[in-house]
Amino acid sequence: MRGSRSDNLSAARVVVREADGKTYVEAHGNWLVDTIGAVYSVMCKIEEETAPGDIIIDVRNLGQVDTSGAYLLGRVTRRCGAPDGDFHFVGVHAVARDLIAEVRERTSACSPVETSTFGFLKAMSRIGAGLEAMLFELIGTLGFFGKTLTTGLATFAQPWRFRLTSTIWAMEEVGVNAMPIVATLSFFIGAVIALMGANLLETFGVTVFMVDLVGLSVLREFAVLITAIMLAARSDSAFTASIGSMKMQQEIDAMRVMGLDPYEALVLPRVVACVLMAPLLTFGAMLSGLFGGMLVAWTAQEITPAVFISRLYTEVPIDHFWVGLSKAPVFGLVVAIIGCRQGMEVQNNVESLGRRVTASVVQSIFTVIVIEAAFALLYMELGI
Amino acid sequence: MSRDILISVRGLKTAFGPHVIHENLDLDIRKGEILGLVGGSGSGKSVLMNTILGLNKPVTGDISLNGKAFSEMSRKERRYVDSRWGVLFQNGALFSSLTVQENVMAPLREHIDMPIPLMEEIAGMKIGLAGLDPSAGAKFPSELSGGMRKRAALARALALDPQILFLDEPTAGLDPIGAAAFDSLILELSRALGLTVLMVTHDLDSLHAICDRVAVLAGKKIEAIAPIDALMRNPHPWIQEYFHGPRGRAARASQES
Repeated sequence: MRGSRSDNLSAARVVVREADGKTYVEAHGNWLVDTIGAVYSVMCKIEEETAPGDIIIDVRNLGQVDTSGAYLLGRVTRRCGAPDGDFHFVGVHAVARDLIAEVRERTSACSPVETSTFGFLKAMSRIGAGLEAMLFELIGTLGFFGKTLTTGLATFAQPWRFRLTSTIWAMEEVGVNAMPIVATLSFFIGAVIALMGANLLETFGVTVFMVDLVGLSVLREFAVLITAIMLAARSDSAFTASIGSMKMQQEIDAMRVMGLDPYEALVLPRVVACVLMAPLLTFGAMLSGLFGGMLVAWTAQEITPAVFISRLYTEVPIDHFWVGLSKAPVFGLVVAIIGCRQGMEVQNNVESLGRRVTASVVQSIFTVIVIEAAFALLYMELGI
Repeated sequence: MSRDILISVRGLKTAFGPHVIHENLDLDIRKGEILGLVGGSGSGKSVLMNTILGLNKPVTGDISLNGKAFSEMSRKERRYVDSRWGVLFQNGALFSSLTVQENVMAPLREHIDMPIPLMEEIAGMKIGLAGLDPSAGAKFPSELSGGMRKRAALARALALDPQILFLDEPTAGLDPIGAAAFDSLILELSRALGLTVLMVTHDLDSLHAICDRVAVLAGKKIEAIAPIDALMRNPHPWIQEYFHGPRGRAARASQES
């Protein structure tokens, strides 16, 4: 019916001819999906201006035609009571009439695609919807936290139910395997603080205070923050992805059917691992950050490691160390809870997996920073 | 005879590393026929389809369309060919971020210069051709059932009025009623639009109901290709087992009744 496409691809044309009170619509050339764009406006005009009963489609000069061409050609008579009546057609064509009838029979008007409108109300409703979604997320996460807590307490009462192997595996994943990257990042942060402090303090001639600066900032804030952010980026997304893909493959359902509690088997080991490993990672980050600062002090300001360490020992109270370390388990808990919860929220399709992983990382970093601010206020009030 | 042949595959060898999938495989697809492709799991049916589509590069051998080998085509010709065959992937492969209507419009937008309203109308027409309710156009693929998703994917495959339709297990995962409806839809469309169809399938009912010929992929090549009645008399043990096993007998019985 259409032969080889590439040869003789003459453009579609329409010639309108009036005779005996009828309107003859002559189709010329090939009416194919890639040629009919040119005649669309003409066909629309014919349909608007002519009474549908008076239209006669002349297919004598029609070349090849495909469904799209047949659709457009047959469209002019669609408002007539008998759109495919014989009186609508003149001329003989191998397939045109059948194709037009076939297409018309199966065509359904598609509801128009909703075009987005921009307006004040729309903007407000989007803000409202966003806030509502945030609230529901918060409630969901708190609910999940509660559920994990009760599962944890139940396991505490029946310690033989605790999944030691899973927990150790998660500890390796979350803690041991994350140590190099956390240490490297912290090293650079320590070095950068030292460098910037050195430049500033040099103007006052008190460069030795950079030891205090590095010690205080690394111990109190940066080590634990870097650890928490790395946990969020690395472990939290891994939790969401692994639990989420299990959810997608119905593995979670299979576990439930077998009488395994997914909270007990999947969530609790990860949460415990995170809570236990976060302080250890933080401790490593502290050492590495101090080491970075010490190296810069040594090379840039000729403060020897011996001086650095002794000054650190005398001038930086141990409280800062405890303050930093005390935040770590909280961050570990938050990150693990959010990661696991988002994983459990994954639906049966791939898009939701992607969306949940993103949400999980964003939420956990956001929460970590909010909690960090809350801790700062708390410790300030406590005067530590 | 050779004028009737739309796609011919000659001496095809495909391999993934040391693992040879096809060796010295010949296949001819005639114009206007519905050709079923069967074979055991892992025999490389989908690989063969992907190789014809150009998604896989064969080690040796040539595939030609209308007598012209792909290897001799310029990039432009090849792109034209690519834009002119419709493929229905096993799971639909609809773009998840677009609605069904936008999915159907995607190939039109990419390859055809026409006003957007006409594009929307044509998309609506294709959705109707594929047997979907008009309201499905505004839905996202994730909101559709399996059968509807297949129909939506078929609508997209038909968007550019292809000469050739490739179907990878079109009825897999559909209930028997849906599968039969899909079969008759494909048969009707291929007759009405003059389509050539290559269909990878395990569905014995589909093979009996709509395929003009069936090709059997066994032992790394096309073991036999014939209308199904002739094929069932083929003494090859795998073919005998395939068509005369309990399921094969049941499908044949239902066809004869």
